[in-house]
Amino acid sequence: MLSQLVNLLAALLLLIAFAMLAQRRVLTLIKLFAWQGLTLAAATAIVAYATGQTHLYFSAGLTLVLKVILIPWLLHRLIDRLQVKWDIETLLNIPTTMLAGIGLAIFAFALAAPIAQMASTITRSTLGIALASVLLSFLMMIVRRKAVPQVIGFLSMENGLFFAATSATYGMPLVVELGVALDVLVGTFIFGIFFFHIREQFDSLDIRHMEKLKDE
Amino acid sequence: MNAGVALQVLQSILVVLIAPLVMGWVNVCRAWLQNRSAPSVWLPYYTLAKLFHKDAIIAHTASPLFRWMPYVLFGCMWLAAGIVPVLATDLPFAPAADIIALVGVFAMARVATALAAMDTGTAFGGLGARREMMVGFLAEPAMLMTLFTAAFISGSTQLATIVDTLAHREFAIYPSLAFAGVAFLMVLLAENARIPVDNPTTHLELTMIHEAMILEYSARHLALIEWAVAIKLVAYMTIGFALFLPWGIAPAGDWGALPLALAALGAKLALAGAGLAFLETLLAKMRIFLVAEFLSTAFLLAVLGMLIHFLVHA
Amino acid sequence: MLAAALVAALAWLAIGLAGLVPAGNAVLARRVLFPLGAAVGLALAAIGAQAAWTPAETLVAPLGLPDLPFHLRLDPLAGFFLLLLGAVSAGVSTYCAGYFRDETPLRLRLICLQYHAFLAAMAFVILADDAYLFMVAWETMALASYFLVTTDHQRPAIRNAGFLYLLVAHIGALAVLLCFGVMHTGGGDYTFDALREAQLSPFWASVAFLLAFFGFGAKAGLLPLHAWLPEAHPAAPSPVSALMSGVMIKTAIYGMVRVVYDLIGAVRWEWGLLVLVVGAATALFGILFALAQQDLKRLLAYSSVENIGIVLLGLGMSMVFFGFGQPQAGMLGLIASLYHAFNHAVFKSLLFLGAGSILHATGLRDLNALGGLLRRMPAVAFYFLIGTLSISALPPLNGFVSEWLTFQTALQAPLIEHGVMRSLVPLFAATLALSAALTAMCFVKVYGVAFLGRPRTQQPAVHDASLAERLGLAWLSAGCVVLGLFPSALLLTLNRVGESLTGASLGAAALESSWFWLVPTEPARASYSPVIFLLVVLAVVLVTIRVVLLYHGRVRIADPWDCGFPEQSTRMQDTAEGFAQPIRQIFGPVYLLRRHLPGPDDSHPRYSVKVEDRHWYWVYLPLARLAGILSAKVALLQRGRISTYLLYSFFTLIALLVFVR
Repeated sequence: MLSQLVNLLAALLLLIAFAMLAQRRVLTLIKLFAWQGLTLAAATAIVAYATGQTHLYFSAGLTLVLKVILIPWLLHRLIDRLQVKWDIETLLNIPTTMLAGIGLAIFAFALAAPIAQMASTITRSTLGIALASVLLSFLMMIVRRKAVPQVIGFLSMENGLFFAATSATYGMPLVVELGVALDVLVGTFIFGIFFFHIREQFDSLDIRHMEKLKDE
Repeated sequence: MNAGVALQVLQSILVVLIAPLVMGWVNVCRAWLQNRSAPSVWLPYYTLAKLFHKDAIIAHTASPLFRWMPYVLFGCMWLAAGIVPVLATDLPFAPAADIIALVGVFAMARVATALAAMDTGTAFGGLGARREMMVGFLAEPAMLMTLFTAAFISGSTQLATIVDTLAHREFAIYPSLAFAGVAFLMVLLAENARIPVDNPTTHLELTMIHEAMILEYSARHLALIEWAVAIKLVAYMTIGFALFLPWGIAPAGDWGALPLALAALGAKLALAGAGLAFLETLLAKMRIFLVAEFLSTAFLLAVLGMLIHFLVHA
Repeated sequence: MLAAALVAALAWLAIGLAGLVPAGNAVLARRVLFPLGAAVGLALAAIGAQAAWTPAETLVAPLGLPDLPFHLRLDPLAGFFLLLLGAVSAGVSTYCAGYFRDETPLRLRLICLQYHAFLAAMAFVILADDAYLFMVAWETMALASYFLVTTDHQRPAIRNAGFLYLLVAHIGALAVLLCFGVMHTGGGDYTFDALREAQLSPFWASVAFLLAFFGFGAKAGLLPLHAWLPEAHPAAPSPVSALMSGVMIKTAIYGMVRVVYDLIGAVRWEWGLLVLVVGAATALFGILFALAQQDLKRLLAYSSVENIGIVLLGLGMSMVFFGFGQPQAGMLGLIASLYHAFNHAVFKSLLFLGAGSILHATGLRDLNALGGLLRRMPAVAFYFLIGTLSISALPPLNGFVSEWLTFQTALQAPLIEHGVMRSLVPLFAATLALSAALTAMCFVKVYGVAFLGRPRTQQPAVHDASLAERLGLAWLSAGCVVLGLFPSALLLTLNRVGESLTGASLGAAALESSWFWLVPTEPARASYSPVIFLLVVLAVVLVTIRVVLLYHGRVRIADPWDCGFPEQSTRMQDTAEGFAQPIRQIFGPVYLLRRHLPGPDDSHPRYSVKVEDRHWYWVYLPLARLAGILSAKVALLQRGRISTYLLYSFFTLIALLVFVR
């Protein structure tokens, strides 16, 4: 029963990753990211309950505070100050992106199948899903043209990695997790600072302007 | 056998008769949500009676195909209402058509309507037919893949077997059905011409998809078409119940469970109608080519649901 | 029975030659010989249907070369394809008796000869039991159809189409010849029995498969060898297009099934994957391009490409299942694929014949100029409607049955033990669903633009089809209806065919399928009854009409709704191009669009869009340039001086004296 719940939450995670890939508006993207964090926290809490590993409760709590509350709030503030509410443009159109996403998902599943057989956790069948959401977030970073969605892609990649760790080996050591969480937080601050610099320099947050920074 | 036939006829008649009521309920909920005073929930019945009473006005450019279409459409929807296990799974006609044939019935209805729309030789008919076929060519595969997910889980394409498997197994959560459910909801909105794909209450011809196809119809033909649209909505809702909320449907041969089945059906339809009205109030109508994106997302979600079934369960 | 089939095939040849008799009246040729050919076709169909249920027969005919007699064989697979050939050609020949009434006597005689030679060649391809007769018949088929395609050879476009057709046909034939050579493995003669006995290593078996797939695929019109189809089929006269699209490309399927399942024997799943990928690509490509066409016959040709893709999808699934040791599911796939081949033969011929009637009546093939033909040609409109509904895979007609069987095959995917393949097979079912839905849109466009609405251009007095044409159309429409309503008979026949090829069979419950219910696996898993389907819909329609008319049936005739704009001209209806515009927008990158948009300064604004096939620029033109370069290099040998040529002969003589002792 609990493993079915975890499977369901894993599927929701993948669904949210696909939904982020198909999204056009920044605000919805941030909301989806918050939902992804919530799903992740819930899944971690259930695994903690099922296996009795109490450090996973801490991880779940950390994820909740950081990914569901703090970082979305930071991103909202960033967007308000940057006065960014545009529709996101993509390099490929959305159906093609979704098709590429499906291809990546099949690839991730095929890759994870033999590894999943070696793992001994209750969540081993979700390793493929975690890998797929990492690859999908990477794809999102590649196909977006503006800077904020790329950052969100980076953050959701970290979500996927965290889920992969949970499903393969019941989470990373707590010290590592705290370190990663701090890195992510610091990274978001630095990204925020960079956004202002980029906008000052190019008067726009379109990353294609940065292509001018090359040896001519 | 006779009991089965009686049940079959009873179910078909029941679905056909309550379809306008469900439509009326959706309109009432929408009015409440939009802070308007609601029309009577029986209004569709009065509308149908009024339409049957009028004289049919037929364009002089129309051919016999135009006059036959409403009857064919009504017949197809009646068949669809008879196949889906609404009250019980013990229906003698159910083995005649499985989920693929069900999608085929809806396709036949769509093609018949599109051809009749092009028959009068006006610009709006062609517009409606073209847009409807565009919605259809994406929605039909999405619907088929959703149904295939359920077929893979239950090992059969007969709706009766699917309902039996999903309802009477121990409670299990199927993530693939979660994906399929989202896709099904998107397809339901598209195929039944609801917001965000098409506005069923629009008067502007250039924004119409489904209404543009039936612009030329009047009186009894229009009544049959409106009725068929209501039956289609109820059929889609009951397919959704059969796949995703199958509890309450009476198993084969169990007559005692029928009252419970009726009550469950009523509750589910009321909830579904209110949910539909809620969605229509929340969302705005999309531009026509964003509909294509919307539906291709539904298709890809359904395919993903199928894949998840294979790659996670097996 | 085999003797009877041989007699029938030779009868066709005789009929063709009889048409050349100069003293004969051309009208006699048309009125007598074509119906005679139709009767022979019916006889052949009956023989074929019978042959599916009897054991195989062989015959050695003393024709051919002294040491290489013709071997003939009539086994269930050949019987099924003879049934297809005979039944469809009967309808087409009957149609010809009325269609060619405006031809000059000389052309009519030539057409009669070439047409019946074409039919006879196809019959010999199916009956052939050795590689020699097969290749002779194959080449005769290609030549006869080439002459038929270039009937109107005064027009350069038609000459080019014929040349392209012959070129691709020969490349395919070369590949088939090489395939026979690979299967021969050096010993014995070239009869199919010997090729069956020969044991091939897995590598050579794969080489043989690839050569057969390429060679027969060139004739069937697979991607990327499809370019001749949209050129050649429209160029030919309409009954010939019907035969080419309906029957000739099915002989390629016959060849593929014969080589892979019978002569090579051990089917590998990797081959099935290749067939699936090519089939899916062909199906989607074909229908997308069909949607973009305005020429009716070109559209039908692209639709044939799509349907061959669907046949290959079924065949590929079958090969995958056989490769993984699931013979029952493999049989179902084979049956679905062959059923679709038969269905396509029937409804595509029907559609081409309908297009022929339109061309004959209006002189127009361009959909943008047609419209409103339902009023002036009601018989053709009715039969064409049946064809349209069949090809759109709508129940209860025949297109739906084969699509249903293919989906049922895909639903057996959980039987496969290979993880990735198990999840890929349903993906191919998804592409089938997509192409079927696109087909419905395409043919709603065709029917709606051509027959419904009002005429878009001024048309001269349009006449309906003649009696012979109507008989031919009716025969094929009846075929669509019968194959749709009573599928079990053909299912059991195809089961026998597959059993004779592979030894496997469908499950016992499937064999219980009565005329009423179609059950491919087990009743609890899937069943379909088209008769009940039709009866329920008909009952509701009739009862509703009765009840409604009891109340009142008053009708008033008025103008159509014009939205307050009274100057509605017929040009304001959707054109064929306009109807497909959403598809061009959504699938833009697939096409090579050359658009000319009007600018704000144009005094005569014009809009034009031309859809081109990228394969010309990726495959065909580069290959043509390569061939040109190579030939230019080889042409350097031709110096023009006699002493150089004598030098060549001298060197050859010296070489022979040195190396051959």
